[in-house]
Amino acid sequence: MSASPLIWPLLVPLLTAIGLLFLWRRPSWHRWVGLAGAFGLLAAGLFLLRTVMTEGVTTATIGGWPAPYGIVLAADRLSAALVAVAGLLGTAVHLFSISGVDARREAYGYYPALHLMLMGVCGAFVAGDIFNLYVWFEVLLMASFMLLELGGERIQLEAAIKYLALNLLASAVFLSGVGFLYGFAGSLNMADLAGRLAQRGPSPLSNGVAMLFLLAFGTKAALFPFFFWLPASYHAPPAPISAVFAGLLTKVGVYALYRTFTLMFVADVAFTHGWLMILAGLTMVIGLLGAVVQEDLRRVLSFNLVGHIGFMVLGLGLFTPLALAGGIFYTIHDMIDITILFLIAGVVHRETGRWRMESLGGFYDRAPFLSLLFLLAAFSLSGIPPLSGFWGKLALIRAALAREQYLATAAALAATFLTLLSMAQVWEAVFWKDRPAADPEPADALRPTRWEKVFQMTPIVGLTLVSLAMGLFPEPFFRYAEAAARGLLEPSAYILAVLGGTP
Amino acid sequence: MELVLSAVTGGLYAAGLFMMMRRSLFNMILGLILLGHAANLLLFTLGGLERGNPAFVASDPAAAASFPDPLPQALILTAIVIGFGVNAFAVVLIRRAHGAIGADDLDELKSTDCSD
Amino acid sequence: MKEHRFTSLILAAATQYLLPLLLFLSVDILLRGHNKPGGGFMGGIMGASALALYFMAHDARSVRRILRIHPRYFLAIGLLAAAVSGLLPLFFGKPFMTGIWWDRHLPVIGMVGTPLLFDVGVYNVVVGVIMTIFLTLMENR
Repeated sequence: MSASPLIWPLLVPLLTAIGLLFLWRRPSWHRWVGLAGAFGLLAAGLFLLRTVMTEGVTTATIGGWPAPYGIVLAADRLSAALVAVAGLLGTAVHLFSISGVDARREAYGYYPALHLMLMGVCGAFVAGDIFNLYVWFEVLLMASFMLLELGGERIQLEAAIKYLALNLLASAVFLSGVGFLYGFAGSLNMADLAGRLAQRGPSPLSNGVAMLFLLAFGTKAALFPFFFWLPASYHAPPAPISAVFAGLLTKVGVYALYRTFTLMFVADVAFTHGWLMILAGLTMVIGLLGAVVQEDLRRVLSFNLVGHIGFMVLGLGLFTPLALAGGIFYTIHDMIDITILFLIAGVVHRETGRWRMESLGGFYDRAPFLSLLFLLAAFSLSGIPPLSGFWGKLALIRAALAREQYLATAAALAATFLTLLSMAQVWEAVFWKDRPAADPEPADALRPTRWEKVFQMTPIVGLTLVSLAMGLFPEPFFRYAEAAARGLLEPSAYILAVLGGTP
Repeated sequence: MELVLSAVTGGLYAAGLFMMMRRSLFNMILGLILLGHAANLLLFTLGGLERGNPAFVASDPAAAASFPDPLPQALILTAIVIGFGVNAFAVVLIRRAHGAIGADDLDELKSTDCSD
Repeated sequence: MKEHRFTSLILAAATQYLLPLLLFLSVDILLRGHNKPGGGFMGGIMGASALALYFMAHDARSVRRILRIHPRYFLAIGLLAAAVSGLLPLFFGKPFMTGIWWDRHLPVIGMVGTPLLFDVGVYNVVVGVIMTIFLTLMENR
């Protein structure tokens, strides 16, 4: 068996999903089979990460067709890290789902859809040509539609319609962009395109195509003028689904922006990356201003999610080694942190049956340890040293100052303070203030059993430990991010690995 | 030929976006489907409508002359298959949503904006 | 909750004969797909259309009776076939999804190899997905 490490992150979730489909009649088995599959994906992700760290860019040709013609999968450091984090988040959310998803949703195929979505996410991270990226995007979209409307509550159906309409619009734009790119440059392989577009140099047409891709990926990543679908839909499904969406889906859009705007659209950096920076700044400020005025716990987190996408894209917009490294570090940090916050929100809801912050309260008395975990994640998201969010923000702000982008710096600092404000509001309303006395506990509030508690807390604690490690020992992580950023800025190794092609 | 196809593509985009901006759920899905077709047709037109430009058969120009570039067609086929699946799902979704909301009106989709 | 009844005697009688014919045709299209127009997706669409016609003539329960298993198992079988067709070359030391052909030409079926297995997988996935959607639409009225 001479299998490339690249195919396992795709095959493991696919085979898991197939197995779960065959076991449809036995939903009680789903969680355990699925959990094994999730751990398998984590192992596959770590294996890929190790391979890429020791051997550099890894590629695999599908069916043995050579690179610019056949389908090729490629993973550089950025892809490998994201696949590994996807495995980690998949495992964590899977563990949480064992107590957080009701039996009815399990019976209607929650776990198969989750694994298909993980396959789509990993596929998008390792796709080597732009059309293949489109296909993986659609795979994960289909699976996420299923997850979003699973259960069929009215709010979920409405959210699914909003999510579906705007994401399909983005997909149509994406496909149009692919068409323009093929007609214009005559290739679809991203490494091949990099050379062809560089040959042609800057032109209005290539800028126009770049803007089409910015529109498409910006919608999927929830950048400023296109983010409205996100706060309208992410809070509708049950907590673990919200958490995995928040942690993974928008980051696929961010990854696609990173890949295309470092490899392909670099002919006219002042124009394309200038726009990226403007949108990033607006996303940060407007997203977090939105977070400050929301009253629903999940919508606060959704707007925080949107705002922090701005930081990641800011790193891309600044386009210096330090900024890209900061952006990559920040992406990894944010994937983990925002998932923790959504999971904690899920626990809060499960124990109180409430989402509105004014009817919540007194959680610190009830669960001090969970409150501490929330505080750690919230501080980390706001960028309090020495937690993981701080290092990413520090690198980004230093890079912005070095490029004398004072407006972007101001936006980033404002966003940081707004995050802190928003997190402080959540802390005050949900954990610190007394429970409103007039408000009786609703009937669907559940005291979890001991085992459910284990499954709830293990993923939160595990992810918090990873986040703490990134904060307290940032050096290896940051070195890795720097190496990944160098790989993005000097894509010759990637191009050579893809086009030189291992058989 | 390019001119005709360009006009058709533009018309499809316009019709698709127009339908999406109506207030009705059903029209929205129709708009999405039209947009998908528009993108496919765009891909087809931009791939080049002339013959004699296949991806592989470069060694024998005589044989190549009668083949168009197959790649856009393969892409469109894939995009059609994907679009088919997504649209089928969308139809099921709006049907269920229609059952839950009881109206074919996008203005009724307000419950995601209030909580509890 | 209206009882779903749209039956025409002529359609119902004709479909009894048309269904096997259309299914044969869909399989033929599946098999000729390697070098001629056709293949898993088209065949699958045709097969599903045949079943859809049966739907219109009869009802959801009779379609389920014909299929014997819930269509989602078609989906699972199809995905499995496709995954296996991709994995088989690995055992021969070739890259993932390489086409491996058995060098014998069978009557009717033609060349046998992993691409055919993949196409059969696609056929099953398409039939499974369309039938699942149909059943969802028809049974939730």
